[in-house]
Amino acid sequence: MAAVANPVEQFLRSERIPHIWCPGCGIGTTVNAFARAVIDSGLDPLKVVVVSGIGCSGRVAGYVSFDSFHTTHGRAIPFATGLKLANPELTVVVYSGDGDLSAIGGNHLIHSARRNLDIKVICVNNLVYAMTGGQSAPTTPETANTSTSPYGSFEPDLNLPKLLDAAGASYVARWTTYHVKQMERAMLELLRKKGFGFLEVVSQCPTLYQRRNGMGDGLESVKFYKEHSKVKNDACLDDLAMDKIGEIICGRFVDRDRPEYGQTMREFYQNKLGAKYRAPEFQDGVLV
Amino acid sequence: MKAAPHGVLTGVHFINGDAACCEGAIAAGARFAAGYPITPSTEIVERYAARAPQVGGTFIQMEDELAASITLQGAVWAGARAFTVTSGPGFSLMMEHICYAAMTETPCVFVDVQRAGPSTGLPTLPAQGDMMQAKWGSHGDYPIIALCPNSPQECFDLTIQAFNLAEKYRNPVMFMMDECVGHMTEKVVIPEADEIDITPRRRSPDAQLFQPGEDLVPPMQHAGEGHGIHVTGLTHNERGYPDLTIASQDKLVRRLHDKIALAAEEIADWDEEDIEGADVAVISYGITSRVAQRAIVMAREKGLRVGRMRLITVWPFPERRVREIAQKVRTIVVPELNLGQIALEVERLAAGNARVISVTHAGGGVHRPEQILQAIEEGAR
Repeated sequence: MAAVANPVEQFLRSERIPHIWCPGCGIGTTVNAFARAVIDSGLDPLKVVVVSGIGCSGRVAGYVSFDSFHTTHGRAIPFATGLKLANPELTVVVYSGDGDLSAIGGNHLIHSARRNLDIKVICVNNLVYAMTGGQSAPTTPETANTSTSPYGSFEPDLNLPKLLDAAGASYVARWTTYHVKQMERAMLELLRKKGFGFLEVVSQCPTLYQRRNGMGDGLESVKFYKEHSKVKNDACLDDLAMDKIGEIICGRFVDRDRPEYGQTMREFYQNKLGAKYRAPEFQDGVLV
Repeated sequence: MKAAPHGVLTGVHFINGDAACCEGAIAAGARFAAGYPITPSTEIVERYAARAPQVGGTFIQMEDELAASITLQGAVWAGARAFTVTSGPGFSLMMEHICYAAMTETPCVFVDVQRAGPSTGLPTLPAQGDMMQAKWGSHGDYPIIALCPNSPQECFDLTIQAFNLAEKYRNPVMFMMDECVGHMTEKVVIPEADEIDITPRRRSPDAQLFQPGEDLVPPMQHAGEGHGIHVTGLTHNERGYPDLTIASQDKLVRRLHDKIALAAEEIADWDEEDIEGADVAVISYGITSRVAQRAIVMAREKGLRVGRMRLITVWPFPERRVREIAQKVRTIVVPELNLGQIALEVERLAAGNARVISVTHAGGGVHRPEQILQAIEEGAR
């Protein structure tokens, strides 16, 4: 009997397996959902580009077979901005972690949402800096024990969906690694949405977060997310903070149409400059 | 290949160095710039913002220099020639992305219109205090090319050269202006497009992204062309995949270094005058070379035998020629708007064969010619 290929495999760099992620890590779950969403989207995969920052989730760029860029810490979004502005035909996906995107890269997150350039951000939120050993992140729930909050965290955590809504993102959703089907659907919506989209996937780091906080292994983490999450698409965004990780509210919180930055820019200049406007043009793959 | 006519503002202009740099970039085919305002460099992106939509280019003002310095690299990987522009504090913020460009072999240009530091220093007043930062500012061992214009005309000509070198060697190029040269207004002649040579991007659909040619430079592919490229700042193999071994690190870092070192003689550019028979040589660059010229004239009027060398390429440093000069003259005088940066390099190469006198200035103005003259006189004794 001929082997049946896993449909996801075409989007993985199988030659780079085994990956560096720990057993029970949630990042692989998100990559699986992402690959399925790309299939469902009908997009030309040769025009899909994945840009990552630094961290465990930042390694996604190295494992997917799309054109991919593993950039610097916090700067995946500005790199993606250059890609998308220079070649609007690309579908540009930023795939990175919570610390990378919302701490060191927080300024870019805000301003990209404000501009509403067509970039799709997948933020794998494992609640800590995992690659470096489980330090506190802006997303670490209050009271959680991390390697740099050994007596428990006393800082309030960053409510990402509320931030993204305020900054102007066209699409904002949150799911957990338990919600595989919903996550996949949200990724599909993200890929189809024109404008700046943001999907937060609350994930687990059994090695560093869950273990340290007595929350068990990967499977137990997912069970925890199942039991402690609530789907509420019309949630008041004030309620989305994950302090003390009591209840994780999931859903699609923002889905609106705002003028997309790149298109707006080109139309704006065309109108302003009339005959003097010159549209960007490629010759042999180089802008001339 | 020749410059695209729609990007070349052929004619005789009376513009400052900043404007000339911008026109040089456009003539060189720069179709993307990302910037963040900082004096005295801002006029370059202000002009680019106005010109971009007329030449098929894109300008975006980013939220900070960290963003600007990597946004341009995203654009390069989508197929643009791209640059950013900054000054002192912004240049410091860009450092991480200079070695990212070196490591990922992303051809691009960083313009630094130098002002007096450290820190906020004397905003908008001139200095040449970033010369060593241009070479060493980022972490790790990486190759750099840096050019240093001394007039608005050179801001035009050498900006084109900067883009050409970036493409030829797949390397970031630093364009080290200073406030005086940036804000100085002079005649700038922009030739016809067919008189401007442009180095095309090195392209190959077959080679791996980091598989070097004979000159150790690999060709490029862009996102969206179907190659499944992977680019990372991690130590990588020729396919671009992370390869975190000591052997791979050694191979990659040495190749990056060697591709510029091998071409150093070819890249090195300077002009010189009356070195033969001179007792004293003045080595200078940027605005200081123009002040030095006055001092040299004054010294000759006093009967002193003075030659000069003006650095156009600062990095890689024109080592061979400086070594030779050190064997021909008694003293080398190095005036610069810092406390002695390039003087160290000259001293290293002089290796005791000539005395080196560093004529320092903390920045904020230029030397008085008399200060340089005094050093020449001392050196001639």
